[in-house]
Amino acid sequence: MVIWIILLVMTAAAVMAVLWPLSRHYAVAGQVDPNTQFYREQIAEIERDRARGALLPSEAEAAKAEAGRRLLRANGLQDAAVAAVGEPALRRRRAASALALSVVPVLAIAIYGAYGSPHLLSTPSVPVSQETAKLDFGTAVAQIEAHLAQNPQDGRGWEVLAPVYMRMGRVEDAVKAYESALRYLGPEANRLSNYGEAMVLAKDGLVSVEAQAAFERAVALDRTAVKARFYLARAAEQDGQIEKAKAEYTELLSASPADAPWVAVVREQLSRLGAPQPGSAESGGPQIGSEDIARMVSGLATRLETQGGSAEEWARLMRSYAVLGQRDKAAATAKQARQALAKDEAGLKTIETMARELKLIDSAP
Amino acid sequence: MLVEAGHFALALALGLSLIQFVVPLWGARANDPVLMRVAPATALAVLACVGFAFVALTAAYVTSDFSVLNVVENSHSTKPLIYKISGVWGNHEGSMLLWVLILALFGAVVAVSKNTVPARLQANTLAVQAAITFAFLLFILTASNPFTRVMPAPGEGQDLNPLLQDPGLAIHPPLLYVGYVGFSISFAFACAALIDGRIDAVWARIVRPWTLTAWAFLTLGIAMGSYWAYYELGWGGWWFWDPVENASLMPWLAGTALVHSTVVMEKRDALKVWTILLAILTFSLSLLGTFLVRSGVLTSVHSFAVDPARGSFILGILIVFIGGSFALFAWRAPLLRQGGLFAPVSREGALVLNNLFLATACATVFIGTLYPLALEVLTGEKISVGAPFFNFTFLPLIIPLLLLLPFGQTLAWKRGNFLGTAQRLYAASGLAILVTLAVLAFTAGGPVAAPLGVGLGVFLILGSLNEIASRSWSKGSPWAVVWRKAAGLPRSTWGTALAHAGVGVTVIGIAATAWGVESLGTMKVGDRLKAGSYEIRLERLLPRVEANYREDVAILMVSRNGQELGNLETMKRLYLTRGMPTTEAGIMTVGLGQVYASLGEIQPDGSIGMRLYYKPLVLLIWLGALVMAAGGAISLTDRRLRIGTPVRAKTLSAASVAAE
Repeated sequence: MVIWIILLVMTAAAVMAVLWPLSRHYAVAGQVDPNTQFYREQIAEIERDRARGALLPSEAEAAKAEAGRRLLRANGLQDAAVAAVGEPALRRRRAASALALSVVPVLAIAIYGAYGSPHLLSTPSVPVSQETAKLDFGTAVAQIEAHLAQNPQDGRGWEVLAPVYMRMGRVEDAVKAYESALRYLGPEANRLSNYGEAMVLAKDGLVSVEAQAAFERAVALDRTAVKARFYLARAAEQDGQIEKAKAEYTELLSASPADAPWVAVVREQLSRLGAPQPGSAESGGPQIGSEDIARMVSGLATRLETQGGSAEEWARLMRSYAVLGQRDKAAATAKQARQALAKDEAGLKTIETMARELKLIDSAP
Repeated sequence: MLVEAGHFALALALGLSLIQFVVPLWGARANDPVLMRVAPATALAVLACVGFAFVALTAAYVTSDFSVLNVVENSHSTKPLIYKISGVWGNHEGSMLLWVLILALFGAVVAVSKNTVPARLQANTLAVQAAITFAFLLFILTASNPFTRVMPAPGEGQDLNPLLQDPGLAIHPPLLYVGYVGFSISFAFACAALIDGRIDAVWARIVRPWTLTAWAFLTLGIAMGSYWAYYELGWGGWWFWDPVENASLMPWLAGTALVHSTVVMEKRDALKVWTILLAILTFSLSLLGTFLVRSGVLTSVHSFAVDPARGSFILGILIVFIGGSFALFAWRAPLLRQGGLFAPVSREGALVLNNLFLATACATVFIGTLYPLALEVLTGEKISVGAPFFNFTFLPLIIPLLLLLPFGQTLAWKRGNFLGTAQRLYAASGLAILVTLAVLAFTAGGPVAAPLGVGLGVFLILGSLNEIASRSWSKGSPWAVVWRKAAGLPRSTWGTALAHAGVGVTVIGIAATAWGVESLGTMKVGDRLKAGSYEIRLERLLPRVEANYREDVAILMVSRNGQELGNLETMKRLYLTRGMPTTEAGIMTVGLGQVYASLGEIQPDGSIGMRLYYKPLVLLIWLGALVMAAGGAISLTDRRLRIGTPVRAKTLSAASVAAE
């Protein structure tokens, strides 16, 4: 409520700033015209300069003559009559007052109504929740970050923070956090698997060489590390070694209890690769969006083929094909990209880097 | 609550500025002093409103009120207080608010100087100024509102761009904005004169302090920005001919021309139309600078937000004001009375030459900056115009200007004598040539351009002081008399001499860069790297953690010819919230030169990349700018009237030319 009164008072004060000069009487007499005043002062200045000896008498005379001529002209130009009295002046004053009374409040309220947040007026600026120590998620993250900034050697802290980053979509930060956790807490199968997974997500699903190395280390430490073995199978699939991928998926499936949560996902992979599935032939789980992905990829491909695009877009298409396991298409895309970007040296470099990353060596020009 | 009140105050200011635009113009047309008097009252009210809004935003930053989107995006609760405050204008929205605040502040100063400014001129000026205020307030409120709220408020902000977390941010933008916006007053006065169809020496007298203030601040702002880039970006360069830098250099060149042509107008009532045109041009270039920097047409540390909607809005403002003022000029300028006459060889003639050189130099920078942009828009082809272009075009224009400067300063008003002037500069030019030869001999085998540049600088300094000396010293007079005479000279004379000497100081600093030495290397602890006679030894390499960043610090021992001078630290920082790295150069000042070390990448084997420069006399570049601005300030304190004292012609020469 108080705020509304304050806004009202502010509006009134602003309008008054306009009305006040309009309401005062204008005193014509006693005003100095700065125009003529200037030349009078100039002439006086010339006199002073001559008295001090700064000007020769002849110079002073010439300067005085010039200033005198200008003074005469300024006198002639003086506003002959000031139209401050009479009926028209009164009408003008009323019109100006009406303008101020309407324009200032209406414009202010219209603009403030459109862009302001009047519903927040009644709530105090600082949220009360902070004082009652009810910290929200973002604040908690910020506090952990601040703590880690002071103590970067706290591996436990990094390990707590990393999955939080993953959930927040800050995948790059998650990779770094897992890296720090590994550095200070040492390698461990689960930690390595999570680290690898973060790297895979950071590359839109591509199992890079570094990620593969992490998974291999994880499996070396613990043969039963499911996540690591799953991604290793993915890596084989992306490298075009379909048979190897199938074998690894199958092995993973046979080693897992039937009700394990990952069984459905592994089965789905197998059915996608067209392999006969061991055990009960359940439906391979919901095909989450793989059709949508395929449609998006083909859309991008059509657009790039017809209209062309940036090197980054070509590289993304190559990677998408590789992730979908269509290595031949990825190689074909690389070829097309090299033709389309023939004149763009930096672009070609991007394509080559991606080709190397995807191990598309067979498609080299 | 305060935030919302601030937002509302800004909306009120919009309405008030509309009134301040309409009513006084109407009053001036109807010759009604009551309506005209609305102008100063509303100008003060606008300042109160905008000032309140600015205070409200600053309070939100200081208390880390993360319900304000602008604070979330540009602040962090662990940031030091000074960066919380300077962060207010370290972003697009806040900097536009600062722009308008300075605009309102200057308007208010015009409003309270009622005894020196004629009422009509004041009313028209404030009306034009209100139009600018209105346009920018509308832009702020509708397209880049700093008071946008977020609910629920996030617990922490995203921090300020690390490059801007520096004392430089607290100083550089306000200085630059006072410069830019100061020219808006000259612009408003020029438009007012055109609207009224009347312009005279009184006008020039009123405008001069504004132009001079704006010019001095712009000089300081550019110098500050240059020094900031020098130590913060870690490349060791102080001027890159970057479009953003050029955007501030163009109004400076035009403004320098304006400062000089106003003098001619005040003293001799000549060059009126040209002065008006320059005033319009200078502010147009300021607006163009704002557009280039703010619209995202250029990407740099200055373009905080790339948003096409904002770009087109500013482009609209640009077209309305530049187009409008030029239309007004084309329509009304022929009505202005022509001014006084002068001979080609005279102080006026020299100042016209100065204006021509400066305007051409400005046009060169303009083409070099905008041509690549225009080409990219039209053909999509990207070209980059860099230092070579400017060295080939800008320098050949500036060097003759500088060479002629001492002559112009010595010439008499109205009719001058070139030979007499040259005679009076015998001593200065002789000494300058002597210095050049001495430096050449001393640095034999080095770059030839450097001694010539130093000679030019010395000539400029001596030529400037020559004016003071010749007016106060005569053969045989005792020192006390000389001193009294010198002290009795008008302060504007001292200001002129100082500002021109400042140019000379900067020229020496620039020329000396040719003697700079640079070396690159990878170092391990205990290794040494040499540049010229200076050597650094890597003492230690250690990590350090601060509130909002962590850094790797290289501690170096600097020595010259085996004699140790002290420690130097250079850092590689990582700002945690943005995950952004910065390099902090280590700088040691030795005399007027600097040893500059910049840390490169840290290799896995613990060795570091290091760049080491020794830059002799480099501080002179910025000290010169300080001296220039000081000259402007001294001239500003001179409230005496300027009187042109024409020398009577011995023979009536027919060589007089019309001023316009």
